[in-house]
Amino acid sequence: MMNTAADKIKVDPRDAKLSMAHFFVAFAALAIGGLMGLLQTLVRSGKFELPAGIGYYQLLTVHGVMMGLILTTFFIMGFQYAAVSRTAGTHSNAARRTGWVGFWLMTLGTAMAATMVLLNKASVLYTFYAPLQAHWIFYLGLTFVVVGSWVDGASQIMTYVKWRKNNPGKPSPLLSFMAVINTVLWIVATLGVASTVLFQLLPWSLGWVKTVDVLVSRTLFWYFGHPLVYFWLLPAYMCWYAIIPKIIGGKIFSDSLARLSFIMFLLFSIPVGFHHQLTEPGIDPAWKFIQVILTFMVVIPSLMTAFSLFATFERYGRSKGAKGLFGWFKVLPWNDARFTVPFIGMASFIPAGAGGIVNASNQMDQVVHNTIWVTGHFHLTAATSVVLTFFGISYWLVPHLTGRKLTKSMNKLAIIQGWVWFIGMVFMSGAMHIQGLLGGPRRSAFSTYGDSAQAAQWIPYQIAQAVGGTILFLGIILVLIIFINLTFFAPKGDEEFPVGEAEKSEAAAPMVFENWKLWLGITAVLILFAYTIPFIDIIQNAPPGSKGFKTW
Amino acid sequence: MHIHKFEKIWLIFGISCLVIFLSVVGVSAFYLGNKPPSCLTTINPEKVDQTKPFNKPGLHKVEGKEWDYELVYVAQAFSYNPAQVEVPLGAKVKVIATTKDVIHGFEVAGTNINMMLEPGYVSEYTTTFDKAGEYLIVCNEYCGSGHHLMFSKIEVVEK
Repeated sequence: MMNTAADKIKVDPRDAKLSMAHFFVAFAALAIGGLMGLLQTLVRSGKFELPAGIGYYQLLTVHGVMMGLILTTFFIMGFQYAAVSRTAGTHSNAARRTGWVGFWLMTLGTAMAATMVLLNKASVLYTFYAPLQAHWIFYLGLTFVVVGSWVDGASQIMTYVKWRKNNPGKPSPLLSFMAVINTVLWIVATLGVASTVLFQLLPWSLGWVKTVDVLVSRTLFWYFGHPLVYFWLLPAYMCWYAIIPKIIGGKIFSDSLARLSFIMFLLFSIPVGFHHQLTEPGIDPAWKFIQVILTFMVVIPSLMTAFSLFATFERYGRSKGAKGLFGWFKVLPWNDARFTVPFIGMASFIPAGAGGIVNASNQMDQVVHNTIWVTGHFHLTAATSVVLTFFGISYWLVPHLTGRKLTKSMNKLAIIQGWVWFIGMVFMSGAMHIQGLLGGPRRSAFSTYGDSAQAAQWIPYQIAQAVGGTILFLGIILVLIIFINLTFFAPKGDEEFPVGEAEKSEAAAPMVFENWKLWLGITAVLILFAYTIPFIDIIQNAPPGSKGFKTW
Repeated sequence: MHIHKFEKIWLIFGISCLVIFLSVVGVSAFYLGNKPPSCLTTINPEKVDQTKPFNKPGLHKVEGKEWDYELVYVAQAFSYNPAQVEVPLGAKVKVIATTKDVIHGFEVAGTNINMMLEPGYVSEYTTTFDKAGEYLIVCNEYCGSGHHLMFSKIEVVEK
């Protein structure tokens, strides 16, 4: 293929430095969180005990915080910062400074929270449900992570606004548009968790107030908790929609439909938190069902995404002369890690999404709620679809930013990494799904539950999880080897930052997609519709508050 | 904005499936009465032991209600009271539970009884035990260092 001038655009080295700073924290979190994950699966197999009085739930807290909050947030902010710089132009000095301030706030917050977890003052897991009461420094640290991410995200928005001002009447570059949608989604969503932490948990852990309203806190948490998973997913969608087509040498199926699906994710990922609270006693069943319906609206953009991606693949395959119904599948570039690793993630999203439909289906949730099925579910969505795509991105983005090349041998190792991950996850997530259907609980250390016959059935699946967990840990070691190689040791050179283009025949995206007043307005209306009445109910019918407990 | 013909067909098919699916779930929940547990009753979490029915945990025969028995549980870190109970086969039982301290789970493994216990709230679920045997109740929400040691048992027996 001919290289055009656009293919040679590089992210400015000053922007690259900030992105790489994010990735150092993200991959350090992966290393620590991964080791904790390995130890957890070993403990729960019943064959291994933790030395030196280390608590299982302390490890679990580290794993959840590192993987769910730190790895994801830092990677996403670093990737989006680079994507905006690449497609909307180098960040201004002011935007870059804003980005650095955000980065350091997040890093400081991470260090504060991590210290408290290591001192065993905050073994409350990454969901920190009141009335479990952690040390106030843990809550303050999390606040810094969230506020830091707002400041960090503001740098992307500043550069987007500048581009719009310089290019009136034109639709913004697709990747920048997508990055800004995800940043806006994140800001709206984190208002919930920031509210409960700042107004409820911090004053309560400092002893300024005696009690906390548990259901208000949980409801605010889950207002944030579901869009959180879309905040993880949308950067993966950015890669699938707008980067993979370029990697395989095809075209984006439809630029406009890609934008439309991102807007639908913004609208329908927030007013849906009750589907995480379906088995809770204090919420009206009618409102639970209304939020279940809103939850399922994301099926529509998901169907659009699936169609677009496979349409791109098929068109590319047929342009290469592939014949028959599925002949195009064979000609895809399977020996290119930049394609194969995210593709494994993409394919995993099919069973992952199907499992999610079960979880969100109102009364069907009772079969699986808080069983290890749920853990199996999000290890397919977040820990396979999302992170394999993130790894796939880093395999070209890291050398692009460090001025190096993804060598043949590293490419090969990266493909091996993707398949190792897949095999490990088949064992671990598969066993978790089955054990969950048999009733095995999530977030639990090894137990025979008083020699219960039911619990005895779970143990073989726990051993399978340890096998899977061990394979996955090998996968993490491979990721880290590749990351370190691409950062410090790979030969100098120019690695492309692939940016897909739409088919020539496609008209420019309608400008209504860039009308933020409209989309933020609808987002607000949907949130107010879904939450106002039940929230007033929850507050008006509140029981006496709870004092704090430290049960670990 | 142009939408490809195949994509239109795909979306119409998908959205129709979604509508049918949600209708089935809705009818099952609200017409057939399979709503997830939403009791909406509150209680002072510091006075659980003095508050009816939690002052007498265990199985109680009741008359003149839609169910035959009430099975009352009080949860606290890291146990359920009662720790063991026998239920007659085929009995229709209303399970009523609450917690005295942090959030706990209440899951009867292998059944549809699965609810959150939150301080200040009463959780209820009515079910018929129509298979004999031992059922394990597990705490499925993290509650502290002894979380995995928190369980109780129901023995469903022919009488």
